[in-house]
Amino acid sequence: MTEQRSLLHGVMAEFETPEQLLAASRKAREAGYKHVDAYTPFPVEGLAHAIGFRWTLVPLITLLGGVLGGLTGFGLQYWCSAITYPLNIGGRPLNSWPAFIPVTFELTVLGASIFSVVGMIALNRLPQPYHPVFNVERFVHASTDRFFLCIEARDPKFNLAETSRFLQDLHAAHVIEVKDEE
Amino acid sequence: MSDSREIRRLDPVLEPGHTYASVTDKIAAVVLTRPLGIGWLAGFTLCFSVVMLLTVAIAWLFTKGVGIWGINIPIGWGFAIVNFVWWIGIGHAGTLISAILFLLNQKWRTSINRFAEAMTLFAVACAGLFPLIHTGRPWMAYYMFPYPSTMGIWPQFRSPLIWDVFAVSTYGTVSLLFWYIGLLPDLATLRDRAKQRYQQVIYGVLSLGWRNSVRHWHRYQSTYLLLAGLATPLVLSVHTVVSFDFAIAIVPGWHTTIFPPYFVAGAIYSGFAMVLTIAIPLRKAYGLEGFITMRHLDNMAKVMLATGLIVAYGYFVEFFMAFYSGNKFDVFLANQRLHGPYSHFYYALLICNIFTPQLLWFSKVRRSIPALFVLSLVINTGMWLERFVIVVISLTRDFMPSAWGRYSATFWDYATLAGTLGLFAMLLFLFVRGLPAIAISEMRELVHEEDHK
Repeated sequence: MTEQRSLLHGVMAEFETPEQLLAASRKAREAGYKHVDAYTPFPVEGLAHAIGFRWTLVPLITLLGGVLGGLTGFGLQYWCSAITYPLNIGGRPLNSWPAFIPVTFELTVLGASIFSVVGMIALNRLPQPYHPVFNVERFVHASTDRFFLCIEARDPKFNLAETSRFLQDLHAAHVIEVKDEE
Repeated sequence: MSDSREIRRLDPVLEPGHTYASVTDKIAAVVLTRPLGIGWLAGFTLCFSVVMLLTVAIAWLFTKGVGIWGINIPIGWGFAIVNFVWWIGIGHAGTLISAILFLLNQKWRTSINRFAEAMTLFAVACAGLFPLIHTGRPWMAYYMFPYPSTMGIWPQFRSPLIWDVFAVSTYGTVSLLFWYIGLLPDLATLRDRAKQRYQQVIYGVLSLGWRNSVRHWHRYQSTYLLLAGLATPLVLSVHTVVSFDFAIAIVPGWHTTIFPPYFVAGAIYSGFAMVLTIAIPLRKAYGLEGFITMRHLDNMAKVMLATGLIVAYGYFVEFFMAFYSGNKFDVFLANQRLHGPYSHFYYALLICNIFTPQLLWFSKVRRSIPALFVLSLVINTGMWLERFVIVVISLTRDFMPSAWGRYSATFWDYATLAGTLGLFAMLLFLFVRGLPAIAISEMRELVHEEDHK
């Protein structure tokens, strides 16, 4: 039994509309399933909340990147102009901070953007060329017109027969076992 | 308000009757299955040969030096800077559409944001070329970046020229990131639909294994919104910094506080004109009239009209302030624009940028595709002339008559300008066939929203 479980990623249900998927996700959560993921061709409002995924670190990482970028920007200019290479330019003070604002601003934006994008990709654990859901033949429709809900085998409540029946009862168009070939 | 409802019905943002699958099929097919037509091949070949002209012009420049151009003291900034400012301005519309209109929740941006962002990237690439080759010793261009060297010297951070280096390189990087993030779900769509092995591999690698998971989407939306929020002040800062290149100098005609807002408005003005120049043939060639509708063209025409009026206000304030300040150099320069040796450029600029675009007040003109196309070309020409007037008239007529001069461009100046136009168009040709020109996942979202209105 344990060997079989390690080969099984979960059970997937296919829905035709985002509303059906949203209702099904809520039911799955009410039924006590914790390891659930949904797959949709476009972001569906409220779905993340429905599967119990409430907040993300992305904004915090972005803020961190912005702060680091800004400090680097100002620090770099201060260090260059006032410490390591002090030059008298038109009698202006060495730390002529108003002139340092544009570069500080640009590096703030640059830092925040790079952190945001890299952070988002890393938190999504991408690049990840292989994932068991890709073994499902109908899964290509997740990027076109179908909406999928997958209850994963690592969920403590997971039982192949019972979970499949549960999904069937939610009026899924198809219920498919997701095999893991690893 | 029945009038506006009537217009909405006549000009929807999306042609009615589309489903998730139909929008996906239609946009993906342009990239995946459509054979290369004679039109594409002919256009690409033409642009490619112009790019060859660009490489010859640059090779000759590197061999002989900047003396092959028409620049000579007192006019150190000729076509290179005119073209730089023009190209970077064109890029601004792409960011405006993708970031500012996104924050303002303007749904009509959806079908035009992707290629407008691509246009931004290609325009920034063309723009970035000019300061680089204008340095005279382009192999030492890296001196502009702060890096620890054995010489122990560092950039002079009080100079707007160094701000420009940071502004433009940040702008290029952030535009690329924004564009790529937007592309990620679409690359996954292409990967899933690709039939050929090479397509599956290329789009598979580029999509990083994106699997449309709700967790992915949640973080994606967070990043997308944050990037839009970051790109909005960024795009305003970039042309502001470009205008500082002029405004911080004391040269008459440059040293004015109107420059930053008026440069930004001019940038958006020329950028929207370029979006129209691209959108009109694109929708026709690939049958995308159902996605890029008359509503889009009409809206873009209105943005052009509004920004055009801001630019007109800028010209007026420049004149007013010259006389109001009583500064005799500024008064002299204003007179030189009207009566000097380059006055025909100034009159052409007024015709292209101020008078002709007033036709956009008429909805008949905004709904006529040929008229919009011609107007978009006129406005782009006008904006190029504006940069020419700013750079050349001020430099040929500054404080001392002994420092006056004349400027005329050489064959190599024109070859480089034409070459970047060819490069821009060639990159667009490649883009249209290699990546989805319209954001597919956002179109599916739009279908969903239209169905649930």
